[in-house]
Amino acid sequence: MLEWLWLVPALPFAGFLVLVAAGARLRRAGAAAVGIGSIAGATAIAFAVAASFAGLPPGARVYSQTLWTWMRVGDFEPAIALRLDALSLVMMLVVAAVSLLIHIYSSAYMEGDDGYARFFAYMNLFVGSMLALVLADNLLFLYFGWEGVGLCSYLLIGFWYRDPVNANAGRKAFIVTRVGDTALAIGLFILATRLGTLEIQPLMERAAAQWPVGSALPVAAAALLLGGAVGKSAQLPLQTWLPDAMAGPTPVSALIHAATMVTAGVYLIARTHVLFALAPPVQLAVAVVGAATLLLAGCSALTQWDIKRVLAYSTISQIGYMFLALGVGAWSAAIFHFMTHAFFKALLFLAAGVVILAMHEEHDMFKMGGLRRDLPIAFWTFLAGAASLSAVPVVTAGFYSKDLILFDAWSSPAGGPWLWLAGIVGALLTSVYSFRMVFLTFFGSGRHAPARTAGWRMGVPLVVLAILALVAGFIELPPTLGDRPVFTDALRAVLPPVEAVPARAADLARLQLVAGIVSLAGIGVAWLLYLRHRATLAALIQRPAPSRLHRFWFAGWGFDWLYDRLFVRPVVGFAEAGRRDGIDRIYDVLAWASQAAWRALSATETGGVRWYAASIALGAAIVTTIVIFL
Amino acid sequence: MILVWLILVPFLAGVLAWVSGRGSRAWPRWIALAGISLDLAMAIGIWAGAWRTGGPEAGRWLVEFDRPWIDSLGIRFHLGLDGLSLLLILLTGFLGIMSVACSWSEIQDRVDSFHFQLMWVLAAIVGVFLALDLFLFYFLWEMMLVPMYFLIGIWGHERRIYAAVKFFIFTQISGLLMLIAIVALYFVHGGASGVYTFDYGALLGAPLTASTGWWLMLGFFTAFAVKLPAVPVHTWLPDAHTEAPTAGSVVLASLLLKTGAYGLLRFVLPLFPEAAAAFAPAAIALGVAGVLYGAVLAFGQTDLKRMVAYTSVSHMGFVLMGAFAGTPLALQGAILQILCHGLSTGALFILVGALQERAHTRDLRRLGGLWPALPRMGGMAMFFALAAMGLPGLGNFVAEFLVLLGTWDVSPAATAVAAIGLIISTVYALWLVQAAFQGPERVATRMSDLGLREMTVVGALVLALVWLGVYPQPVIDTAAAAVATVAATMPGRAAR
Repeated sequence: MLEWLWLVPALPFAGFLVLVAAGARLRRAGAAAVGIGSIAGATAIAFAVAASFAGLPPGARVYSQTLWTWMRVGDFEPAIALRLDALSLVMMLVVAAVSLLIHIYSSAYMEGDDGYARFFAYMNLFVGSMLALVLADNLLFLYFGWEGVGLCSYLLIGFWYRDPVNANAGRKAFIVTRVGDTALAIGLFILATRLGTLEIQPLMERAAAQWPVGSALPVAAAALLLGGAVGKSAQLPLQTWLPDAMAGPTPVSALIHAATMVTAGVYLIARTHVLFALAPPVQLAVAVVGAATLLLAGCSALTQWDIKRVLAYSTISQIGYMFLALGVGAWSAAIFHFMTHAFFKALLFLAAGVVILAMHEEHDMFKMGGLRRDLPIAFWTFLAGAASLSAVPVVTAGFYSKDLILFDAWSSPAGGPWLWLAGIVGALLTSVYSFRMVFLTFFGSGRHAPARTAGWRMGVPLVVLAILALVAGFIELPPTLGDRPVFTDALRAVLPPVEAVPARAADLARLQLVAGIVSLAGIGVAWLLYLRHRATLAALIQRPAPSRLHRFWFAGWGFDWLYDRLFVRPVVGFAEAGRRDGIDRIYDVLAWASQAAWRALSATETGGVRWYAASIALGAAIVTTIVIFL
Repeated sequence: MILVWLILVPFLAGVLAWVSGRGSRAWPRWIALAGISLDLAMAIGIWAGAWRTGGPEAGRWLVEFDRPWIDSLGIRFHLGLDGLSLLLILLTGFLGIMSVACSWSEIQDRVDSFHFQLMWVLAAIVGVFLALDLFLFYFLWEMMLVPMYFLIGIWGHERRIYAAVKFFIFTQISGLLMLIAIVALYFVHGGASGVYTFDYGALLGAPLTASTGWWLMLGFFTAFAVKLPAVPVHTWLPDAHTEAPTAGSVVLASLLLKTGAYGLLRFVLPLFPEAAAAFAPAAIALGVAGVLYGAVLAFGQTDLKRMVAYTSVSHMGFVLMGAFAGTPLALQGAILQILCHGLSTGALFILVGALQERAHTRDLRRLGGLWPALPRMGGMAMFFALAAMGLPGLGNFVAEFLVLLGTWDVSPAATAVAAIGLIISTVYALWLVQAAFQGPERVATRMSDLGLREMTVVGALVLALVWLGVYPQPVIDTAAAAVATVAATMPGRAAR
């Protein structure tokens, strides 16, 4: 079955082509059948490939497939080639499975939209590109998928293009991520010219063999790759596009802006971890970026009224955890959190989508309330997702993955108390804003007549994801709770484990206790502030100082304001000032000067004999003078 | 002899189209289409034949034609074709068909004469790509100018006379500089060797002092920089493009500009390798300036055609960079950029022309919300905008990536700055799509979407760009020998 691997990305691409070619002529059922069918086929093949892969002998669990040479100039010959190892296997399975669930959900969610076939075409193109990204054997082909998912993100954020707000949000997302992508491209130039290849495995081997730890080249290359990663994964300082990206349809937010594409940066760093290990300053930067981002975004999430924007900031914050893990060298912990996050965040978005549909496209949580009685499926599944996001101890998947990151942040040689503290404060923020959503949306007294309720096509994905959001953590049981680290063991061949500082490793049980208490305390705080004493909180926010802080957090710490003045206005100003092309004015002056000269000379042609005679005399006098005196 | 036919067939078709035009509008179109199609078929035949005999080799012409012309002055009718000229002639044939097809409904006035001018300019362009005698080259170079002047001046839009005159003056003055350089080279070489000749092969080894080489190189460079166009001599281009009829814009952007790029690769670098290497930092800087300046100004435009015109300035900046970087990677990138820019920009001009036929305006402030009415046109505009911003999977990405990668070793700073152009290209490409096709619907009149003829034209361009984006190897292999020859002349670049 392994040789069928190429079909995994190829089927979604084929589905895209069919939908584009036949789109307008297809009925809704036909478009959904092509869209879902191609993803279902890809998912089935992915699982079959995974089964064959598991059958390989443990020492040789790698499968490469070269489809064709993309371009060959001298020694530079990147190929369209796939590579399956434990890391890409996990990514492929999660991407394929979550995509399938979200496609099924979308077929109901998008019902009644004029762009039904267009929607599935874009979604299929996305899945194909994302699978190409995670399966790519070389960085150039990875870049192909990387830009492809960025394109689909843009197309789907601006899916309802009639409203300029949506189109602007899509454009912003693409442009901001292209800033990161350009850094990544320059990183590729360094790697390709200095190490002579872009194939990931030889590249990493040569880097480790040729570059000393901490020397200039690996630091520069890793920093540029990090630039690409922060753009795609919406980390500081390029995080500003993701909250606006919520303008897209909710399934898009679930698939692209929560579960898959935004974690591509995490995947890139894990994939090239050898390079980052050669660049300790950059790795520290990864950890600091992660820690700072998770705190900033956590604070902003607390202040949003739009349920999707809370989830967007939450996504930024949770990817911050993954970056924190990468920064301390806990590569597999980052991938583990990617997986659990994909499940519970996709779930939260999809459940929020049910709420939004029921409330006639209302996003304001303060206008909701009491929906637990009207939308029971959405309520229970959202609750499971929020519990997992808040890392409620023992019974949720989020607990296991976040706990692993916190432990590694504490105990890894690259970690320490400060990074752990950032993580634990972030955990408190996380459970406060998560249950703020739960309490505002589903509790309280309001009653609503839902405009639409979830049918089976929306219900089944919700239930499946809810189960995964609760149980997926059990494949990685920490020493205190059963000690069966199946997930990290499986990834060990690709991602080396953390060598914990022995003195700090003993603190595991105490750390877990703290984390558990913090998670539950956050829920308690949310209950106090948003159910019990809502009026007190509202009064507090009216005061000047808290109100200013609230607005500052609400506006995402002023990054948009800053970038608008630093970049947007100067470029737009220059473009508008230069509309008539300043350089052309130089030629206008030339043209004007020659016309003026022509006018001056033609003015001398008066036709008057006396004037001509005088000029001849004068000219003769001047010439004579010159001849005599020079 | 087939090389002569490559030039003569479109020219004769043009004459025939003119003659046949008495009373019929259909005949000139069909004759022109047949003529240029035959040309493309001959070029494809040469291509296929070249691969049967093992492909192009460095230092050897695939096909050559050499006859004395004005013997007393050492002027010969010498044509030669290698991989580089073959690719450009294929491009000329392909886009020639497109430009005839896109004029089918736009041109209703003096159809006979229009097609005569169009075929004449195509014939001259083919000739420029083949000429191996510098006098013949100059002759054909000037020959391109005249029909283009008429195409803009007769069938153009509101300010066509201004644009045509501006185009003529810019190219004529820079062409005269080249003529001076050609004549000077003729005398320098003749004086040193005793053989007075305009032959390219003989002049390649002309003994030049550093300063002579420098000035002669600048003469050639100026002519090609104006055609390319490079900042700051680009300002004729937005006017000419904006005022020209669609086919004129297509020929200008996709083919005429390429003669400048071809000139750099065929003449400036091989004839004056030392001077070119010394000049390379300045030329690369001009290329980078063009990339950024063109991209920012494209974003600022409100006239769709002007916008596309400035994207040409930006994209041709990559060609200038790649040519003077001189490494095999960068040269291959520059050649691919020549082809891909021809295809993608030609397509954008065809789409803008089709839009103007329907909406009767190109003003972005008055357009918007066209997607629901014109979904096929919107999708195609999106596709070519994405090509223009260098999306992987399309040819332009391969081209720009190779140029930047190949320039990195020569100048990392220039490469990094030029890479910013990738960001700005995103800005203008997305703005183009949004301003014309997205947003609330604003143009009230009912419009018909792209028809079969138009879909065939842009569909063929889509396929070509995707092909170059996922499997550019046939083109790379065809150009490899010519690239190796050029890279070998630049001191210290071939090994990189």
